[in-house]
Amino acid sequence: MKPLNFVLTGVGGQGIVLSSDILCLVGMAVGYDVKKTDVHGMAQRGGSVISHVRLADQVFSPMVPLGGADYLLAFEKLEACRWAHYLHRDGVAVVSDEAIPTLAMESRTPYPADDEIMSQLQQRAGQVQIVSAGSLAAGLGNPRVANVILLGALSRFVAIPAEIWLRAIAERVPPKVRELNRRAFELGRSLEVG
Amino acid sequence: MKRMILGNEALALGAYVAGVTIATGYPGTPSTEILEYFARYPGVYAEWSPNEKVALEVGMGAAMAGARTIVTMKHVGLNVAADPFFAVAYTGVEAGLVVISADDPGMHSSQGEQDNRNYAKFAKVPLLEPSDSQECFEMMRVGLEISERFDMPVLLRTTTRVSHAQSLVEVAAEQVQRGSVERPATTQLRAFRRDPIKYVMLPSNARQRRVALEARLGRLQDYVETTPLNFILWGDRRLGIVASSIAYVYAREVFPTASFLKLGMAYPLPRRLIQEFARQVETLVVVEELDPYLEEQIRGLPDIARERVRGKDIFPIIGEFTPELVAERSLAAGLPAEMVAEHLRERSGSAPITRIPARPPLLCPGCGHRGTFYVLRQLMFEEQEAKEEKKPPEGTGMTSGSPYRRGNLERRRRYGLVITGDIGCYTLGALQPLNAMDTCACMGASIGQAIGLEKGGIKNKVVAVIGDSTFFHSGITGLVDVITSGAATTVIILDNFTTAMTGGNVNPGTGKTVDGRPARRIELESLCRGLGIEDVKVIGGFDTDAIAREIARAVRSDEPSVLIIREPCALEFKSDSAFTAWVEPEKCVACWACLVTACPALVRKDGKVAVLTGRCTDCQVCVRICPHDAILRVERAALSQPS
Repeated sequence: MKPLNFVLTGVGGQGIVLSSDILCLVGMAVGYDVKKTDVHGMAQRGGSVISHVRLADQVFSPMVPLGGADYLLAFEKLEACRWAHYLHRDGVAVVSDEAIPTLAMESRTPYPADDEIMSQLQQRAGQVQIVSAGSLAAGLGNPRVANVILLGALSRFVAIPAEIWLRAIAERVPPKVRELNRRAFELGRSLEVG
Repeated sequence: MKRMILGNEALALGAYVAGVTIATGYPGTPSTEILEYFARYPGVYAEWSPNEKVALEVGMGAAMAGARTIVTMKHVGLNVAADPFFAVAYTGVEAGLVVISADDPGMHSSQGEQDNRNYAKFAKVPLLEPSDSQECFEMMRVGLEISERFDMPVLLRTTTRVSHAQSLVEVAAEQVQRGSVERPATTQLRAFRRDPIKYVMLPSNARQRRVALEARLGRLQDYVETTPLNFILWGDRRLGIVASSIAYVYAREVFPTASFLKLGMAYPLPRRLIQEFARQVETLVVVEELDPYLEEQIRGLPDIARERVRGKDIFPIIGEFTPELVAERSLAAGLPAEMVAEHLRERSGSAPITRIPARPPLLCPGCGHRGTFYVLRQLMFEEQEAKEEKKPPEGTGMTSGSPYRRGNLERRRRYGLVITGDIGCYTLGALQPLNAMDTCACMGASIGQAIGLEKGGIKNKVVAVIGDSTFFHSGITGLVDVITSGAATTVIILDNFTTAMTGGNVNPGTGKTVDGRPARRIELESLCRGLGIEDVKVIGGFDTDAIAREIARAVRSDEPSVLIIREPCALEFKSDSAFTAWVEPEKCVACWACLVTACPALVRKDGKVAVLTGRCTDCQVCVRICPHDAILRVERAALSQPS
């Protein structure tokens, strides 16, 4: 099977680890060998978080090589920029439009404007999909499902059937929010590509 | 069936399935999860010990009593436990004892990146190095068997990318559910034997054990040549790669067709196996992170031409590897390019985007350390102390107005307090914009360094800052020296009832065990008074006025003082306050004084400060310190729309 490399990025507390766990279950269900690695410790104090997920017949390194990511799934748009160079030139960036401010005192480098972010990402990705994950999640009544909406949007670009994603999500989220998460995934998957 | 398991969980599960009943350790990234997972299994005893030395001593006793035991720590923890580590190599064990050291190449969360494989050779203890979670799981069993068969402790060394990576592990179905893991019927393997020659390390006995240690290593030499943990994968013999740990999987990815000698057990060194491998390959390349540990030993072997062995002439001695780094350096060094995997030969990626703001780790909103570091920063950067002394600061103990207008910061003269720091979340107080720390060396060092600074001539200026867990770990002995040395040291103990940096692990001041049962709490104030400190004060972490007043007083005093600044960890004990801070825009003059607290709930908005009320925990530090009373404490319900 074709090896698939994912890089997930965002800020501590955005549900990145849960999402990369779900991606691993998706890979296992298809029959891939799977490895992943997340940052622990220091990075959890509001710092930048990156998670690598690799699917292949046999995975050696748990880390995606620079320039080797087929997909960048970003839960925050500045973090998308920070790690965009992991993308393959033909890679797909699925990026939440959420902006989490950086430390106010350190303002020598300002938070980039939206058009700047877009042009930088477009230079580094074959395709960029911006998702209003936060407002869509609020529309579903729970801001915490933004991560699953993003997984849904990502799934459009990955040749793995929706049922497998849904089964992995159901396996990994608590029973009482399964239905909500299913709707979140379907919503993300139904978004117009582009 | 296969299950996705974190390296650290695989170590815990492997230990449990192999009949380990006792686990001790001290939390430290990247080792912490091993013991946290193990403590959840039924019928075991697990403890977070006060420090790694105690953990290993408890582990020695447990193994002596006949219980299979693991002891966990991060690489620098083994420095603390080095004394018993060397001793147990002499005495040996009854039941299996595996010491796990999780190293941190690249220093993701450490003060150094020492290569603890050196400890195996130094202390003469067998060394195991897993490369993924499956190997973590299996090597735990093998390690315990080696320990019992050869009457020695075993050092199992991981790195961040082994401990903190998940990969598939083949486990029996009944092992999948936590708490229903199948275990050997007998977990109490042997009984304690009274044997003073083995266990009492007087010189006369130790000399005998010294000889016995070499004899055991001799027997291990035969074992290590034939163990399946070390194996050869024959491929293209132009390139023979020797590797262990995470570097092995990187090398496999980079050179899919090369010949490999994988070393799962590298001490004692399997000399004959290496010689056999070396004889049959054209170029021998050692791929290893950090020290040239294998390379130097291999170069010393007879029958191997030194010049045929390559390693650190190609790969760096500093930092962690990645597959792309291994590929890049190999190509630059002239290793056969056609043998490098296609996806790593020519990379498709682009340059990183520059000029984007950093997002460093920060003290959390509501962190009980924030007020203290704000005050320390004030006292550390205070202008002309002599002038200040004429009119002692009122109330806050700080100057009014704002010294924090942009551009002023760099021009200020640093004198005021000298602050010796320590290891924990509060080390973040050393970063911009707080900058309130002059030293941080190793666990517990703040107090000894403060004594030394004072004895070296810096009087009435030095403050040691140490967290509760670090104080229990190795600050107590420093405080003993404060008393016996006659120093006037001011020690601030930041007490948040937890070991926060590593994920909120219990410590002797928490009042709970690792598996959540109630435990006797050690009360810091009684402990300090019991040692003989008369000036012990307890202050709340958000009371910046009292903190400023008490620090100023304690520093000027010629008696030793302990200020316990106590506030529960904001991550462990969540705030549910109905109040929040709120900035009155008309009053905010954009002096940015509040932003110096590095609070993630404060942002700049339209040229003023604004509070992200969703993050605010109502700690009120910004409310107290605003020089223009522009930050108010308001009821959340009263805010018509969240900012």
